[in-house]
Amino acid sequence: MADVAVAVEGVSKKFQRGELHDSLRDFVPALFRRAVRRGTLPDLASREFWALRDISFTVDRGEAFGVIGGNGAGKSTLLKLLGGILRPTRGTVRVDGRLSALIEVSAGFHPDLTGRENVFLYGTILGMTRDDIRRRFDTIVAFSGLEEFIDTPVKRYSSGMFARLGFSVAAHVEPDVLLVDEVLSVGDFVFQRRCMERMRQVLLQGTTILFVSHNLHAVADLCRRVLLLDRGRIAAAGAPGPVVQAYLANALAGQRDLGDREVYVSRLTVRGSAREATAFRSGDVAWVDVEITARSSCHRLSVTLYVQDESSVGVFNTSTERLGMGTFDLQAGEAFHCSIQLDLHLAPGTFYLGAAVVRYDIQREYDRWLPAATLLISADKDVRGIANLDPKVVRFEPDAAPRSSNAR
Amino acid sequence: MERIVTRGRAVRRWRDLVLMLAWRDIRIKYKQSVMGFLWAVLMPALVVGAGVAVQYGLSWYSGRPVDTANLAVVAVKSVPWAFFVASLRFATNSLIANSTLVTKVYLPREVFPVAAVLSQFADFCVASATLAVVLALTGAGASAALLWVPLLVAGLVTLSLGLGMFLSAGALFFRDVKYLVDVVITFAVFFTPVFYPVEIFGRYREAALLNPVAPLLVGLADAVVAHRTPDLAWASYSIGVSVACCVAGVIAFRRLEPLFAERI
Repeated sequence: MADVAVAVEGVSKKFQRGELHDSLRDFVPALFRRAVRRGTLPDLASREFWALRDISFTVDRGEAFGVIGGNGAGKSTLLKLLGGILRPTRGTVRVDGRLSALIEVSAGFHPDLTGRENVFLYGTILGMTRDDIRRRFDTIVAFSGLEEFIDTPVKRYSSGMFARLGFSVAAHVEPDVLLVDEVLSVGDFVFQRRCMERMRQVLLQGTTILFVSHNLHAVADLCRRVLLLDRGRIAAAGAPGPVVQAYLANALAGQRDLGDREVYVSRLTVRGSAREATAFRSGDVAWVDVEITARSSCHRLSVTLYVQDESSVGVFNTSTERLGMGTFDLQAGEAFHCSIQLDLHLAPGTFYLGAAVVRYDIQREYDRWLPAATLLISADKDVRGIANLDPKVVRFEPDAAPRSSNAR
Repeated sequence: MERIVTRGRAVRRWRDLVLMLAWRDIRIKYKQSVMGFLWAVLMPALVVGAGVAVQYGLSWYSGRPVDTANLAVVAVKSVPWAFFVASLRFATNSLIANSTLVTKVYLPREVFPVAAVLSQFADFCVASATLAVVLALTGAGASAALLWVPLLVAGLVTLSLGLGMFLSAGALFFRDVKYLVDVVITFAVFFTPVFYPVEIFGRYREAALLNPVAPLLVGLADAVVAHRTPDLAWASYSIGVSVACCVAGVIAFRRLEPLFAERI
């Protein structure tokens, strides 16, 4: 079963910064310059940079493999190398089986053509034959939910309809290896869920998936192994929990500018039952450890804890003082520790944790660090929203004694 | 066995892609136009009209009567010429026009220039059919010489494909190619025996025929209007050049292809 579907070995990719010679007018003088100073090309060499450096990994057949990293980390370049769109400067890329890339959902659409025509056009571009498409046409259209508009030119579609039809086609290509780059950023909540469901379904059929996304919750949910790229290099690889955590620790650190604060939140970590964690199941217990450090002496302090959802909407907050803990004082250089236990009755999704150090009697907030940590929540039940009220259906039946139909 | 299946699939996919892209280009060209597909007939008709006007102009100027056979010759030469010109223009732009596909999705990229030539070929077929009807009605007649027509047309298509490969790849790296092609094509009609018989070049006749399009056009006029076998030496020269150009075009295209996504 440990059959390798994708093997990447020592791959590096070099790009050039700035403009290339786009016209002969630029190119001919450049050739002359080159002829004059043969061998040495300092200006050219200094403009090169490595988009990827020495990347090696393998993906097993039928596995979902995640790639995460900040902007410019090299994620898309990696997928383009896998897709054969770019050639590596060094190293080898081997993909076993038919590959299809879900890179830009609607790159192949033509606005003047109808939905039906575009399904055939885009399907062919993604690697289906006309017979394949004819066979799957009804399924594709049903999946998109655009039956009524299928004979309308797509230029009259809304952008959501456009994306839905595009994804529907791409989701039915049935390749051996599927590359997915940030498709979840388009479409509404329902569409995103449908994308995830379809990917899970495709995975069950034995397709290998390489999934690139900024949606860490989705990556952690779908993939069993994740690769973290940082400026073209592999920064971490392995199970999603620790890798996502490494990414977040990296991304959230260095954003803090403490200025001349007298007292500040110096550390905030989240623990599961034993060790530091990011991924939790809805209803799990988590411990938040907060460390406060003082630079000069401060009095009557308390700690406030915040939880926000992905769109920075406050979900929950509390403070040690409001919880009846009283206040504390700190001398210069001293630190204070507090741990707060939380029951995470949150709906599936990504949430951010933060803390502030405040003095209530003079209404002064010394420091607020938000977001300082991330929670990735998953749940067994399909509940949506912010909170998980842990629903149980206790009655589900038609009315035992129906009233007459014209009763009000 | 599995390899053969994969290979067969790849060929089928390639074929479907070319057909689909050509079909898309044809579809788009005539969408939202009142005349629709009639333009495929009208455009070459205008080119033929221009040729006929030149003939009438010359006859008025020189005082000699208009030769109707000459009009047929001009028509038979200008329809394939229009195809050749449109193919080159369209193929040159084919990779640039599909840049999102070149940079986002992996496709065997040669499908773009091939589909561009194919979509023009569809127009050419419509125009040729119309021309055939007109010629039949005006009593041009038929003969065994017509059997040369497919071969000569194949030569022209091969030449268009070969040049299309070169020019599309060239234009991808240097946009100048696009403008150079426009300029060359605009002037080429003066150096190619389209509206004039090749004899007008006098002692430079041979030089004029070195242009590989010229013997094909002259050969077509010979076969269709004059009902005689084309000059086989010149025809084989043209076809040889076309095939060589096509082979070289494919090799150059394949060599440059890995750089396409980065340099477009």
